[in-house]
Amino acid sequence: MKPKPRVAVVLFPGSNCDHDALHGAETVLGADARLVRYDSRDLGDPDLVILPGGFSYGDYLRCGAMARFAPVMESVGNFAGKGGAVLGICNGFQILCEAGLLPGALLRNAGLRFVCKDIYVRVETKRTPFTLTLNKGEALRMPVAHGDGNYMAAPRDFEEMVARDQIVFRYVNEKGERAKEANPNGSFDDVAGICNVKGNVVGLMPHPERNSEALLGNADGAKVFKSFATSMLAMATTPVV
Amino acid sequence: MKVYVRVMPKSGVLDPQGKAIADALGRLGYSGVGDVRAGKLFRIEVDATDANAAREAGRRMAETLLSNPVVEEYEVEVPA
Repeated sequence: MKPKPRVAVVLFPGSNCDHDALHGAETVLGADARLVRYDSRDLGDPDLVILPGGFSYGDYLRCGAMARFAPVMESVGNFAGKGGAVLGICNGFQILCEAGLLPGALLRNAGLRFVCKDIYVRVETKRTPFTLTLNKGEALRMPVAHGDGNYMAAPRDFEEMVARDQIVFRYVNEKGERAKEANPNGSFDDVAGICNVKGNVVGLMPHPERNSEALLGNADGAKVFKSFATSMLAMATTPVV
Repeated sequence: MKVYVRVMPKSGVLDPQGKAIADALGRLGYSGVGDVRAGKLFRIEVDATDANAAREAGRRMAETLLSNPVVEEYEVEVPA
């Protein structure tokens, strides 16, 4: 029997995509999904933790800088350390970087403007649970909505990330080619999403939970969630050696 | 006691805000404006018996919360 994924969506003060993430987890993943407050330490034995988008703590100081010290983040860190799947979307990505669960940082958009539009990202690796069933080189149409999505890492660290296959998504044009005008925020090397060394923690600026149903005109985001469902199934059926 | 923590983007890190400010200064007629970097200044009241203790408190706060070592550097100052 297909296991029903258990998903914890973390709610910070100022999160605003928490219910979208919950809805995506329930409708696309068929998950038993619940919100976990920032001041709780109990994630409730999930298969997946989602840090949703929004403006946690009003984006004061730096995006994600306050949220990383919320009590729940200690549990998220432990969960990730044991190999648990964590997906950080937009502000969730910023929080993962601030927490040191992902390398690098997200700076103010190069154009200084908040960017809210559909863009394309290309799948750069299949090694994460969220891209396992996608094709490398496949372009997905996704919405972005952020003011601080300009990814950067120290050049030496970035070289290591590339060598370790940690770049998960890059901004591309609709043909799937990299182009200056296809990058909405000036991120280094067109990075839109990355993973940790193990591949179980992924952060991305685009919002897959906002385009997960055909009703919304574009269901490319659903592919990310469906990939996770398949990866879970694969893990459940892999014999323990 | 008061302790000041000054946080600046590291050299080599893009600073779009600083660049926009430099451009605006040029448009306003301030000639000869070179590179502009925008940072943050925190003035913090701390319970400390001497300047060294205040400086150390500022340093710890800068390390944990006030700056992100990936992209920023900081300086701590305790005014005489």
